[in-house]
Amino acid sequence: MADPSNTPDDEKERIPAMQSLLDNHFLLLFIGVAMPAVFYIIWGIMEVVTVPIAQ
Amino acid sequence: MSNFRLCPDTGLFFDKNAESLMKVHAVAAVVSLLVAGLLALGVALTRWPAVHLLPADQFYMFLTAHGIDALLFWIIFFEIAILYFAGSTLLRVRLAAPKWAWLGFALMLIGAVTTNVAIFQGNSSVMMTSYVPMQAAPHFYLGLILFAVGALIGCFVFFGTLVIAKTENTYEGSVPLVTFGAITAAIIAVFTIASGAIILVPTFLWSIGYISHIDPEMYRIIWWAMGHSSQQINVAAHVSVWYLVAGLTLGARPMSEKVSRFAFLLYIFFLQLASAHHILVDPGVSAEWKIFNTSYAMYLAVLASMIHGLTVPGAMEVAQREKGYTHGLFEWLRKAPWGNPAFSSTFISLVIFGFIGGITGVVMGTEQINLIIHNTIYVPAHFHATVAVGTTLTFMGLAFFLIPVLFRRQMILPTLAKWQPFLFGGSMTVLILFMMGAGTLGVSRRHWDMDFAGAALSFEYSGMAYTLMGIAGIGAVVAVISGGAFLLITVGSLLFGKKLEPSAGILQSFLGVPLSADTYNAKPEILPMAAPVEEHGSAGFEAPGTFVLAMVLLVSFIVYYFINWKYLASVWPLS
Repeated sequence: MADPSNTPDDEKERIPAMQSLLDNHFLLLFIGVAMPAVFYIIWGIMEVVTVPIAQ
Repeated sequence: MSNFRLCPDTGLFFDKNAESLMKVHAVAAVVSLLVAGLLALGVALTRWPAVHLLPADQFYMFLTAHGIDALLFWIIFFEIAILYFAGSTLLRVRLAAPKWAWLGFALMLIGAVTTNVAIFQGNSSVMMTSYVPMQAAPHFYLGLILFAVGALIGCFVFFGTLVIAKTENTYEGSVPLVTFGAITAAIIAVFTIASGAIILVPTFLWSIGYISHIDPEMYRIIWWAMGHSSQQINVAAHVSVWYLVAGLTLGARPMSEKVSRFAFLLYIFFLQLASAHHILVDPGVSAEWKIFNTSYAMYLAVLASMIHGLTVPGAMEVAQREKGYTHGLFEWLRKAPWGNPAFSSTFISLVIFGFIGGITGVVMGTEQINLIIHNTIYVPAHFHATVAVGTTLTFMGLAFFLIPVLFRRQMILPTLAKWQPFLFGGSMTVLILFMMGAGTLGVSRRHWDMDFAGAALSFEYSGMAYTLMGIAGIGAVVAVISGGAFLLITVGSLLFGKKLEPSAGILQSFLGVPLSADTYNAKPEILPMAAPVEEHGSAGFEAPGTFVLAMVLLVSFIVYYFINWKYLASVWPLS
């Protein structure tokens, strides 16, 4: 239900959160680099460096 | 004084600097494709057992250069041109920092030439992957680093152009969907190039003796963050071009902007994690890492591709039905403009990318059934479906479109151009399917001699494997010929095509020299926000033909997926 304190103009100007995300290209750039950096590269490297060195 | 030219045929506005840069990047891309295609002929005629053309050292040299010229240089030169088009032309804005953009192009060009020189000098036949401890000449790595830095500059020029467009209010609302797809490609490119820098800079230092050792497993993980992600740039870029061509050739609008943008968002989040499927049989990383990155995260990226695979032809179908092609399920498709190579390239690439590239990609990304085909010639079959048909054929179609629009030349040999996409797509499909068959029988990729003549440990493939490789060779030769037809048409048009603008000379085509000053006299208006497609998604079944095609894809996928599980059980008997 709409907030009665908002004017019709406020209603018109309100941008959905998903659209705000999609319009924020530099936030998308950050996410697009951070996600694979964490889940693929950093996690992968951590696994490799914890492999015991052969004696 | 204005810096913009209005294309009289399309209504697109070209900024003078962006136009010049698009031209030189497109020309460099096509030259790279020419080199890659000639090398492909040598590779194919060697892997064709009855021909076995090249000696071993030349085969590996050719294969190294073919991979790098086709998968990196041709594609990324063209993609930077697409970024400038999607940024400057579609948003009707001047290009940010054109001098930096020229510097980026110069670095890419110098890098591409340097790496090719290193390969053809003969001491850098290390394949595209250049796995350590194999060592190439230092300038092999240096060339790749320069190319990557140049491409990174291109990406940031694109992001700068977006900022200018936002600041100067050259468009209303959100950026167009095609530009959003290009943003997705640029984001993936930044991660790709950063990963390349992380691994190639130390490898270069290792090649000149400053670093004593690089861990091979570490190298493989980080290299594939670059190697596979570079192909994910392609996916985002060619899907964007699909939407563009659907709009240009049929007047199609996306069925749902929200759904299509959400699919691109899934690419941004998950597509790059698919790099892990190259590491699926490696020791040193856990099953959790492998399974999360491939069998969970990657499927969300696959979902995105399936969404695009539904919405692009769906948009085409809706546009065609609005024109009255409503009879039956497929009149819209039968009466599509198949004589327009931009359209036919797009649709053929869409089908082959989805049906073969997509399905084989999921099979390869599944840890268990990956074992059947890992490092076999099935792998190049997969990426020829995704890159050679999915991306390259799409870019070929766009290049046909750009000859009159960007280069202001009339295309020569229009009948050949009409048939070229069918010839290339058909022959590539033969190559792909028969390489898939041979790979399923265990034929190795990157192997000079499937006879193992003189090898200490020999192996004898079945006669069927030889037959399949022979037919694949025929497909490859026809594909190279049809690639030559593309080059003949594009380069020939720039040299001999009728000038649609009197100042569109050879220097303008090949060196990016601007057209005559009086051509740039347009003042673009603000790009209006696209009208919502209100009826779409609210009135039920608007694209039934596309829905049927999607169901055929789904059934094909399910059948093929479970055949592979059955095959796994038979090749690895437990009794």
